[in-house]
Amino acid sequence: MSKSNLTRRGVLKTGAVAGTSLAVPTIFTAQSVAAYTNEPTGGTVTLGFNVPQTGPYADEGNDELLAQQLAVEHLNGEGDGGCLNTFTSKALKGNGILGKKVQFVTGDTQTKSDAARASAKSMIEKDGAIMINGGSSSGVAVAVQGLCQDAGVIFMAGLTHANDTTGKDRKANGFRHFFNAYMSGAALAPVLAKEMGNDRRAYHLTADYNWGWTQEESIVASTEALGWETVNTVKTPLASTDFSSYIAPVLNSGADVLVLNHYGGNMVNSLTNAIQFGLLDKVANGKDFKIVVPLYSELMAAGAGENIKGVLGSMNYNWQLENEGSKAFVKSFGEKYGKPPSNSAQTCYAQVLLYADACERAGTFNPCGVAEALEGFEFDGLGNGKTLYRAEDHQCFKDVLVVRGAQNPTSAYDTLEIVEVTPVEQVTYAPNHPMFGGDEATLGECNPGA
Amino acid sequence: MLGLNRKDTTLLIVVFLLTMLAPFLLNPFPADSAMAQFNAGYPDLMQRFVIFGIFAVGFNILFGLTGYLSFGHAAFLGVGSYAAVWMFKLFTFNVVPAIAAAVVVAGLFSVLIGYVSLRRSGIYFSILTLAFAQMSFALAYSVLSNPKFNLTNGETGLQVYADDPQIFAVAGSPNLPHLFGLSMRSTYTMDVGAWSFDFNAGYYLCAVIMLVVFYLSVRLFRSPFGMMLRAIKSNQQRLNYTGLNSRPYTLAAFVISGMYAGLAGGLLAAMDPLAGAERMQWTASGEVVLMTILGGAGTLIGPVLGAGFIKYFENIFSKINDNVLHSWFAFLPDGMEDFMVTIIHPFVGKGWHLTLGLLFMLVVIFLPGGLVEGGQRIARLFKRNTTQTPGNDPEHHPKPSPHVAE
Repeated sequence: MSKSNLTRRGVLKTGAVAGTSLAVPTIFTAQSVAAYTNEPTGGTVTLGFNVPQTGPYADEGNDELLAQQLAVEHLNGEGDGGCLNTFTSKALKGNGILGKKVQFVTGDTQTKSDAARASAKSMIEKDGAIMINGGSSSGVAVAVQGLCQDAGVIFMAGLTHANDTTGKDRKANGFRHFFNAYMSGAALAPVLAKEMGNDRRAYHLTADYNWGWTQEESIVASTEALGWETVNTVKTPLASTDFSSYIAPVLNSGADVLVLNHYGGNMVNSLTNAIQFGLLDKVANGKDFKIVVPLYSELMAAGAGENIKGVLGSMNYNWQLENEGSKAFVKSFGEKYGKPPSNSAQTCYAQVLLYADACERAGTFNPCGVAEALEGFEFDGLGNGKTLYRAEDHQCFKDVLVVRGAQNPTSAYDTLEIVEVTPVEQVTYAPNHPMFGGDEATLGECNPGA
Repeated sequence: MLGLNRKDTTLLIVVFLLTMLAPFLLNPFPADSAMAQFNAGYPDLMQRFVIFGIFAVGFNILFGLTGYLSFGHAAFLGVGSYAAVWMFKLFTFNVVPAIAAAVVVAGLFSVLIGYVSLRRSGIYFSILTLAFAQMSFALAYSVLSNPKFNLTNGETGLQVYADDPQIFAVAGSPNLPHLFGLSMRSTYTMDVGAWSFDFNAGYYLCAVIMLVVFYLSVRLFRSPFGMMLRAIKSNQQRLNYTGLNSRPYTLAAFVISGMYAGLAGGLLAAMDPLAGAERMQWTASGEVVLMTILGGAGTLIGPVLGAGFIKYFENIFSKINDNVLHSWFAFLPDGMEDFMVTIIHPFVGKGWHLTLGLLFMLVVIFLPGGLVEGGQRIARLFKRNTTQTPGNDPEHHPKPSPHVAE
């Protein structure tokens, strides 16, 4: 019975086998004719949007996706044009990129390095994506950045705050618009000194992984420079949902400030626990007890609700900023989706426009040409004010916002208020700063693939 | 042939053809058509199909034969990956030492975990393996990645950097994993009319290795050793009463299956030189259990089918977004189009887990023997007239395994 099966299949497939075996000798040595990976040949160009659609940062990822879709609309000349009207570089005409209509494909990073690389690879190998944009975690950003470097496409990072992304793990094909932990520390320190004085004693709770450590290092360094003392730094497992056992010792430690180096759900839970323990009502060392959350996001603010009132932190961007670029972006995002954009949405939107603009100015999609156009590029009008893409480490330098949980929010989106816009000079550091890999960190060579 | 009976030889030949012709079989739709969305013949996914096939075949040696349900097999996969990446970092980008190291290290690790876990059976064994795997995950994720002693590089994943020693690196060889100079990434694209087929060096390496280990697993299933493992599954207590110590057999099966997992991990790293801690998380361990059950536990080909099935959903369905849906239903009037998109939306894109879950439920309820049983039923429909039904092979019908509750 199975014999007939075998014969039929054999007959069908023998031909195919013969064909393959003829092709085998030339198969892996053949060089492709394209000058670089996924050179667009038709009338369209495909961008790859790799964001977390499932997992702990899914909400942020979806917001990023909305912003990226909006950017594609604007590039293709649909909608109201958004920041194309305010962007200082006028290379983009609203007719796609280099005359090619912009299409996009999406992938789910699941906030896991492995899954993110798999979805990025599938967009590059299968869908012919010419660049990868987005993401919402530093681990994922570093992993995908490495992949894009090897594959020969440009990576425009989304929300990634760890120093390493443009520090020791910087890559020639990778670019970060978002700010980093060092900048958070440098921006927060003066405000902390002004609001709390120079003789505070800080207690750190830190999420026990890469981002947590770099953030703790940065905040400890900048607060100790103020004259603060660090009482203790405690690592908390990433999967914790109840931080009571970590909060209780804070009260008796002699500290009067609690710094929560947590993000997302971790931060919502630890802050809620801290409030439940009544830390904010305590008086320690003759001073009012304070809590600081160095990295804020709208999503976390919404999750923590009432608890964030008066708690200080920093942000890359806030929709309440009153500059031309910000107003244009908020208007266009709000009209389309009925809510103001988040911090991470703005970064992803800006990254798409910056990439497209660099292609136009370089006159090519070749990653090396695009990278050259982005390096040392100064621009304004995308919402953050005057910004520089530094050539040495592919990090954007711009003003950093210090924000505080609003005391009397007037709407569901008005949960944070801007305390200070820290000027860019104050958060600038040398490219070979020890927290960023020192002298050993290099971008390497740009890789066009193929 | 090769010491196999006719039925197994046929199976091996079918698997050989399927793997060798995968670039054609998985790309049935022209590259520009709307259906190209469902093509799976690109290098990364083909590699995943065979690598997770190896993983599931190895898992099946333990679960399918002895009935011991390990919930921590991803730990071996992860350990194998880390071992391979360390070989890349320290010695050379050639994949041979990396894959060998992955198998050896995973083998040693599984001796350690197996020795402890196999003191219990049934649910206790599952929980022990789960605990060990979660411990490994936590170690890799944070404990072993602190700046002073950085073995795993935490959430970012272990990667190869330009300043790594690579003491045996040969000048002029690719700066990526390669087999004696043949880069794992090199791909030849064959364009036939509207179709486009990718032949990738890394995929063919994985495919050849999978054929070898698949053959090994067939031999193992048919060997006296395999019979002993089945005896353990059917009644371990009775086996012990006959005066036979069953523990060395279970440990051997555990270690073999751990080495298969290590091999899969090593290959994953060889195709893409990064080892992430998530590979060891319990969800990854659960995935291989799903693959095996979905395909048919205890059958030879089942786990491979299950692995392909799950990886296909993860990589293809998860990428269907609203834009794609709108383009599919663009021929409908506006209202209908939006309606159809709304209906289908929850099941694709980020909802791929939901679709997979539904299919898994359907398979478990209606085809307890997995996809293999489905295939057998269809085959039976066409062979009514034969008196002998094809699924009479006892090991092709997994039975609930009574366990010694200790």
